[in-house]
Amino acid sequence: MTDRWFDDAAGPVVRPYAMTRGRTRSSTEEAKLDLIALVIADRPGGGTGPRDPGDAEAPEEAPTGAEGTEDSDVHADRTLAPEHVEIVTRCRREPLSVAELSAALDLPLGVVRVLIGDLVDRSLVRVSRPVPPAELPDESILREVISGLKAL
Amino acid sequence: MVFGRSERAKARKRRGASEPLTLKILVAGGFGVGKTTLVGAVSEIRPLRTEEALTEAGRPVDDLAGVEAKSTTTVAMDFGRITISDELVLYLFGTPGQDRFWFLWDELAQGALGAVVLADTRRLADSFAAIDYFERRHIPFTVAVNCFDDAEEFPAETVREALDLDEDVPLTLCDARERASARDVLVGVVEHALAHSAARREPAAT
Repeated sequence: MTDRWFDDAAGPVVRPYAMTRGRTRSSTEEAKLDLIALVIADRPGGGTGPRDPGDAEAPEEAPTGAEGTEDSDVHADRTLAPEHVEIVTRCRREPLSVAELSAALDLPLGVVRVLIGDLVDRSLVRVSRPVPPAELPDESILREVISGLKAL
Repeated sequence: MVFGRSERAKARKRRGASEPLTLKILVAGGFGVGKTTLVGAVSEIRPLRTEEALTEAGRPVDDLAGVEAKSTTTVAMDFGRITISDELVLYLFGTPGQDRFWFLWDELAQGALGAVVLADTRRLADSFAAIDYFERRHIPFTVAVNCFDDAEEFPAETVREALDLDEDVPLTLCDARERASARDVLVGVVEHALAHSAARREPAAT
């Protein structure tokens, strides 16, 4: 009788959505987060730039050794799921696209979108606006892509 | 790296953003035609995989003949990334090969710069669906024939005829495993997109 609940195909699908408490839609107004929309997490205390104002030359990435202190705010936040924390900490290191986060966390796109939506609501991350679908980028941008590719 | 910096800065200012602009090109074509190979040949990262899980209830038309026990399907899309500059990042998405996942294509195609349809001369019919898709939506695309070692070689014109391609759709031969060849394919897509956008702008200007 209970066998039906152990349908192996149910595993990989149902479980990720348990993380979102069954929600399949993101709560944000930006609704459908584009696959290549970038998720950006500003560091606590404001700004993505160097944290020490006296050291303007400092690289933007966090020194990896200091991770424990860097992200202690989100690690300490017990209302966040580990997946939320992972998204925030990864995006603090560098902006990542929705697709990259899905691959990095090994979660379906739909799940990642919901989780990102939660974080947007909490102002822990923001999302870059992709090019409006009806609009192609400027010709100058296309030219730049061409020369960039040729230089590969 | 200094190239066109002021223009980029202007464009960025217009967008009011400090993060790079992300763009995408789609790599379409039938199953096993070399989409992920092409993406991998030029990507700066090992192709990543993103998945979307579908339930049978959501997709009643899924053809599950032979795998009836499976009530869910995962559609995978492989993608890669090329950082053009601090301000521009290009993503390459391999589209799911199966025709029935059109709804995912719609999402992928939104805002795409353009697309390349990879074709295999041994199975040309596999590329019809992708060609139709991009034609109908006026998405600029090119066709690249992936030259498999064991496939008979045909002149480009013969392939063009067999695919019933419009004259203005560029068709090239490529080797998806070769970085330079894959890069040339992408350059062709963007050049075509540029011509496409110029052609679209012209009637409006006169």
